[in-house]
Amino acid sequence: MSGKLDLKRFLSGNAVILVFVLISAAAIPASKLSGTYIVQEMLTRIGRNSFLVLALLLPIYAGMGLNFGMTLGAMAGQLGLICAVNWGITGVEGLAFAALIGMPISIALGYVCGSILNKAKGREMVTGYMLGFFINGVYQFTVLYFMGMVIPIRNASILLSRGFGIRNTLNLESVRQSLDLLWSLKAGPYVLPMSTYLVLAALCVFIVWFRRTKLGQDMRAVGFDMGVAEAAGIPVDRTRVIAIVISTVLACFGQIIFLQNMGNMATYNAHDQTSFFAVAALLVGGASVKKATIPNVFIGVVLLHVLFVVSPRAGQNLFGSAQIGEYFRQFIGYGVIALSLVLYATRERREAAALRASTYGAGRKAAAAGGSV
Amino acid sequence: MGQDSPLLSVEHVSKDFYGNVVLEDVCFQLRAGEILGLVGENGAGKTTLMRILFGMPVIAETGGYKGGVCLDGEEVRFASPFDALDAGIGMVHQEFSLIPGFTTTENIVLNREAMRGSVLNAVFGERMSALDRAAMKGKAESAIARLGVKLDPDMLVSEMPVGHKEFTEIAREINREKTKLLVLDEPTAVLTESEADILLKTLRKLADQGIAIIFISHRLHEVVELADRIVVLRDGGVVKDLPNEGVSVRDIASWMVGRSVAADRAASADGRRIGDEILKVEGLWVDMPGEPVDGASFSVRQGEIFGIGGLAGQGKLGIPNGIMGLYPAGGEVSFRGKTVPLNAPRTALETGLAFVSEDRRGVGLLLDESLEWNVSFTAMQIQGKYLKSILGGLVRYRDEAAMRKLTQEYIELLDIKCTGPEQKAKQLSGGNQQKICLAKAFALKPDLLFVSEPTRGIDVGAKKLVLDTIKRYNRDYGTTIVMVSSELEELRSVCDRVAIVDEGGIAGILPPTAEPAEFGLLMSGVSPTGAGPAGGEPDGAKEARRA
Amino acid sequence: MPDLKQTVAEFGWPRVIIFLFLVALFVLAPFVGVRLDDSLTNVLNRFGQNAVFVLAMVPMIQSGCGLNFGLSLGIIAGLLGGILSGQLGLAGAAGFFGAIALASPFAVLLGLGYGKLLNKVKGEEMTIAMYVGFASVMFMCIMWLVLPFSNPTMIWGYGGKGLRTTISVEKFYRGVLNNFLMIKAGEHLRIPTGTLLFDALCAYLMWGFLKTRTGTAVTAVGSNPDYARASGLSVDRMRTVSVVISTFLGAVGILVYQQSYGFMQLYGAPLQMPFAAVAAILIGGASVNKASMLNVILGTFLFQGLLTMTPSVINAALQTDMSEVVRLIVSNGIIVYALTRKTRVAK
Repeated sequence: MSGKLDLKRFLSGNAVILVFVLISAAAIPASKLSGTYIVQEMLTRIGRNSFLVLALLLPIYAGMGLNFGMTLGAMAGQLGLICAVNWGITGVEGLAFAALIGMPISIALGYVCGSILNKAKGREMVTGYMLGFFINGVYQFTVLYFMGMVIPIRNASILLSRGFGIRNTLNLESVRQSLDLLWSLKAGPYVLPMSTYLVLAALCVFIVWFRRTKLGQDMRAVGFDMGVAEAAGIPVDRTRVIAIVISTVLACFGQIIFLQNMGNMATYNAHDQTSFFAVAALLVGGASVKKATIPNVFIGVVLLHVLFVVSPRAGQNLFGSAQIGEYFRQFIGYGVIALSLVLYATRERREAAALRASTYGAGRKAAAAGGSV
Repeated sequence: MGQDSPLLSVEHVSKDFYGNVVLEDVCFQLRAGEILGLVGENGAGKTTLMRILFGMPVIAETGGYKGGVCLDGEEVRFASPFDALDAGIGMVHQEFSLIPGFTTTENIVLNREAMRGSVLNAVFGERMSALDRAAMKGKAESAIARLGVKLDPDMLVSEMPVGHKEFTEIAREINREKTKLLVLDEPTAVLTESEADILLKTLRKLADQGIAIIFISHRLHEVVELADRIVVLRDGGVVKDLPNEGVSVRDIASWMVGRSVAADRAASADGRRIGDEILKVEGLWVDMPGEPVDGASFSVRQGEIFGIGGLAGQGKLGIPNGIMGLYPAGGEVSFRGKTVPLNAPRTALETGLAFVSEDRRGVGLLLDESLEWNVSFTAMQIQGKYLKSILGGLVRYRDEAAMRKLTQEYIELLDIKCTGPEQKAKQLSGGNQQKICLAKAFALKPDLLFVSEPTRGIDVGAKKLVLDTIKRYNRDYGTTIVMVSSELEELRSVCDRVAIVDEGGIAGILPPTAEPAEFGLLMSGVSPTGAGPAGGEPDGAKEARRA
Repeated sequence: MPDLKQTVAEFGWPRVIIFLFLVALFVLAPFVGVRLDDSLTNVLNRFGQNAVFVLAMVPMIQSGCGLNFGLSLGIIAGLLGGILSGQLGLAGAAGFFGAIALASPFAVLLGLGYGKLLNKVKGEEMTIAMYVGFASVMFMCIMWLVLPFSNPTMIWGYGGKGLRTTISVEKFYRGVLNNFLMIKAGEHLRIPTGTLLFDALCAYLMWGFLKTRTGTAVTAVGSNPDYARASGLSVDRMRTVSVVISTFLGAVGILVYQQSYGFMQLYGAPLQMPFAAVAAILIGGASVNKASMLNVILGTFLFQGLLTMTPSVINAALQTDMSEVVRLIVSNGIIVYALTRKTRVAK
């Protein structure tokens, strides 16, 4: 009986990841893409996307769920890049400059976001999501009207022809892949962006170290039980705000890394999908709303992006329409988020029911026979 | 170790909540290394006294207290629990305050972790220091060693048996270097007997190390076994303060509840017909958090007022909640010889049972809706009353005129103070809200009515009105009433028989005229015949209570 | 004036500001050369188009399921009804009401499933509703491509497979409601009487439903689920009822919208539609767990008024189109505001 139960628990605990592996296993051969191509794509995309996914970890430790408000950080990063291009600072220096500009903005936005989420305890995720939309409005207002009108823009080529507002697409040629190419390694048919990997490794080390600090410990305590943490004298609200601020700043850096790899930026849309991709990747990697690890991040990025790379081609080959694959991958992305949120919410209730069953009535004998856990 | 000067001295402490006196001129003293057993019924003032001692903000918010508390001869007045902690007072609350995903060590040193500073401290402050895991474990181990129990410092709290959680909490309190006074509120409530024994030995060991202990327990035999000194609180005052020499459980029980039987008893019995058994409950278990019932059996006769009393957390509230289907329950319940299915609120209501919940604001009322809604809603949903047909019977709308009329009737009948049936329920005072809850149940015209804690949180004048209403309803309509209350006096003045619940079961049923001590003994788990409680609870049930 | 202050505080400052902003736009309009009758026609038109969507928010708010970010499910049912009606060659009133009839089974089935799902995830309804909505829209994108519809006005000219992104409903049911009893006053003022009447009918039915025994129960479940349970109600059932009604109204809503707007929009179009409806009802004064017909009417009017007036007035005044930005800030701002208000969280 318990063996069956274990299998069931394993399946429900890893449902998302299993579904994904199955779909990918079917889609890869259907796409007829070469293994080399897929592997190279993954090597690139790990560098491009992982930083953003890692930015989600801290708020999860603090019990605030998936930080859909990371979009705020992405926008701050984009503001930084606009400034870097405007000032004509190129290469890695340009990226550093963008990060320097983006950091105070993302700290401020993170502070605002954290404070608002403290007012919406219990529904942080939907509030963070809507806040992303709201700040998007403010961002557009700033970039579309203020830049060139109130904020001086020296580089006229990035302005719209009307004289103010940034062009819809910002060419990032001046900083394009400057981080990736700083030290890139050729290994057989593959190119490895080692410098980006080093940055990622540094962030992972930071996160591991951070968990071992007093603040990290407090964050975990707050995440488990705000009431107990408060009673022990941990400043709960402040800790939560710090988690969001750090996450927002990391999202800012992450977006800069993402965009330098892409090489251009859709000024008004680049951040629209940021939280979607990051959250979907993390969940695909086996994380939940309450628990996420660094391996979840990398497993998730690989699995999600394998599907994203192969599905348009698979759709083309199977149904004669690349569009179907395109829709399919978005369906899977949104579906994965919905599925893992549902699984998580139902699992909590099921566990409560299981505890009850083992405590009272018929379950009592079974529990006694089975011995203590 | 300073046997002469008291460590703690409570001097003439009084406290009222908006005129409602809960503590009056309380005095007692405690020396280092002494164990004080503090006993009293619910509402005797234990909790408030501990809140004052621990500097809970609720005290200051409600106007502070009179009198003084001296620690080591110096008057203290804590603004927050953290001040109390700093002054060396540790407290173990009834509910566990542990983080389930943390290990024993992490919980013991929670927010007092050993740290290794780093360069980042200068920029980002203390909190960026790395934890010194080895030192943390060392601290935890030494605290555990002082307790003299075996605890695995690396075990997760979520995987611990319940007794270990209790010890982890105590270890956390004594881990503070300065802790010299430890307050334990019902520490044995969730423990098995063998675990409780170990705990008592541990406490004695701590006392021998010079820590003073205030031990609050309803298990009087534990108090007699452990305490050096016993303080009995009743109605906010100290009725006994004496060394534990030759004191028996029975003595304490009678001090705890001892009062004269209320005078208005006499009139209540006459003119009513008490019939045969109408409700039979057998082996009832209810999973109500904080009030679990486990194996309760009793029967109620037609037309009587049956009282259910007992201390908080023993399961008396779980009984009506379980029978009415509000919490998962099992066992046999039959009404007029027919089985009442459990876990089905609608069927229970349709059978002719009704319930006035103890959780007035949480369960009893639609706070944001009008009084009309509140009073007529259940009758509308269950019995199809207060609906009118329109479109030739195709659709039925709420009959607001009928709802208003009904509500108006009850407003007059029960003398409910309000601006009218349209007023929102949340705008009424507690007593009037309670009357609305009663009106809602009366509107169902039930055969049997459960009334749970009808006078909780309402002022003295309103209490009497509510109790009179219940009595009158029973007399006028012959409705059987099962009344659950923490206030024994109330039960004794209203009920025909009083059952006392202890550890989830019925410890005994007494007539209201029985000696106070008899009630007191039942509450403390000692049956008057001298036999102990009917078997300990399984650990699981105790675990659930705290979950 | 403490009374006024309190009323304003209860209504919420953001709403007052939006209201004043709209009034200012109307006052300003003539000065920048925007015709008021033109504007009014526009506002009324858009009011008619959107009122049913906003109305669809009411049952779920009342039952405590929160804001229906998953309204897209209802919209999908409505799209299916409309397409089937077109496929069957129904036209005019038959086309419109046929579309509603054809959409109903989809709406009810989707609503039942959606309701069951939301009952399993109490407390997390809104986030999950949002993603269920997104995922369903994306799933339907695939369906629009592969389902074997054949009416040539609806499918892509080339390849002969897959539905078009936008399909004109000119030949199906364009203006069925709008043109019914339309009042034309002068050259510019057009009042879409039929649509407004239809909206009023829907609102009346909703109002009536909330007065029935079940409707009362739905409200009580949202007001205090524990009270409702203690009164013998099945909280889950009442919530499901509210979800089904909301989904059905979403389906009707998109058909009303199409007959006025003139086009069916498939594929990604339903993604953002729920947000506008959510914002509108919140602007109308509803909270996350209380909404009334007045909130619906006021909210739709204020929100659509804002959407209409901002581009015309601001464009005329500043020679630049800020309407999109204003929409983003106002609609999402009000949602964030409402989410941070303290309310009882359902267990």
